Amino acid sequence: MLLISAYKWIKKHILIIASALLMLVHLYMVFIFVPTDANQGIIQRIFYIHVPLAWIGFFAFFVTLIGGVMFLWKRDFKWDRLASASAEIGLIFISLMLLNGCIWAKPMWGVWWVWTARLTLSLVLWFIYAAYFIIRAYISEDGQRARFAAVVGIIGFLNVPLVFLAVQLWETQHQGYLIFEGGMVPEMTWTLMAGIVAYTVLYVLLLKDRLVLKNLENKLNQMKNFITGG
Amino acid sequence: MQLLNKAFVIAWKDILSETRAREIISSVLVFAVLVIVIFNFAFSGSQQEMRALAPGILWVTFSFAGVLSLNRSFIQEKEEGCLEGLMICPVSREAIYLGKMMSSLFFMLLIEAIVLPAFVLFFNVNVITLPIITLTLLATIGFVAVGTLFSALAVNTRAREMVLPILFFPIISPVIISAVSASELTLNGAPWSELASWVGIIAAFDVIFLTASYLIFGFIVEE
Repeated sequence: MLLISAYKWIKKHILIIASALLMLVHLYMVFIFVPTDANQGIIQRIFYIHVPLAWIGFFAFFVTLIGGVMFLWKRDFKWDRLASASAEIGLIFISLMLLNGCIWAKPMWGVWWVWTARLTLSLVLWFIYAAYFIIRAYISEDGQRARFAAVVGIIGFLNVPLVFLAVQLWETQHQGYLIFEGGMVPEMTWTLMAGIVAYTVLYVLLLKDRLVLKNLENKLNQMKNFITGG
Repeated sequence: MQLLNKAFVIAWKDILSETRAREIISSVLVFAVLVIVIFNFAFSGSQQEMRALAPGILWVTFSFAGVLSLNRSFIQEKEEGCLEGLMICPVSREAIYLGKMMSSLFFMLLIEAIVLPAFVLFFNVNVITLPIITLTLLATIGFVAVGTLFSALAVNTRAREMVLPILFFPIISPVIISAVSASELTLNGAPWSELASWVGIIAAFDVIFLTASYLIFGFIVEE
């Protein structure tokens, strides 16, 4: 009896348990398991958090693109909820990644901000998805809000490769910053991989919970409209 | 062909109403020259320094002027209920997009054709060269390709004029980066071959966003 209820509890909370465990494992790897980089020293350890943050940021906006396309095609509001929930998480991860980049840049180059290709690309993305939420806030009609947001999500993501090409070329024309030199020893690759897995599970967890909340909000609004006769 | 004909009719309507009302070109032109004058106060420097700053000043001026004139493009339609009229017309949404895009392109190019000589006059930097004119043409196509789409979007939100720049500037950032860098190169005497990759990015932007905006525009002016 106890075993069954324990099993049920684990099954219900599997994502949060997995996420917590993976995060702990990843932190252990970042601070203890992985050897210190010969050239950059201890600062280089930020890299194992920086890259997963960036990965989730970009991946979340890709999900927003998919949600937008599916909404315009199927006209089902669940796709809009998916798109906006994912964009919220993406914006948070990109913000963290930018802050994280600043913390890295200060000891590396002596300044808080450097216009490297990747940081610049992330900053432009940040602005695009900030605009995504500003537009959502300025439209009161649900259908219109979902349509316009989908358009911004699609155009914004189409822009990513172009911005990347431009900032990459700009970097070579102006000044090159050294991000990482030499190869990675296997421990470094493992730590990075563990980070990507841990952050991806965290993303799925956050997305799922945000969707549950959004569905409840939606239900509540429907009930409200029903009661007030709207 | 029918589609293009209808688009031309819509563009011609805009040009005709502009010649009567003179709402866009005159005010945007004054604004663009004002921006140049303000930059002159902000960075008054030697001939050498101005030469280094010129590409940046030129493209900031063009993108500010662009956002201002693109904003007007759909506000006019919205104010008098003209957009509803257009949608009742037997033309597709795509024709409306193309028409509005062409009239905005025409206005922008006209403004730029006057701003470029003014730029030479004030800064004594020769920007009337074939590479810079080509860059201006390509970049302006990119501006109006996304600008027309976003202008139609912005006019339907509560904040109207506020929304367009917030959307427009991050999206056109690859065009701005490329145009400024290429102008810098050509002003320093670099040959065409060195500009090729920058011109390529702007051209790719034009193709991608003309196609995407053309396909997506119908979702903005629905109902």
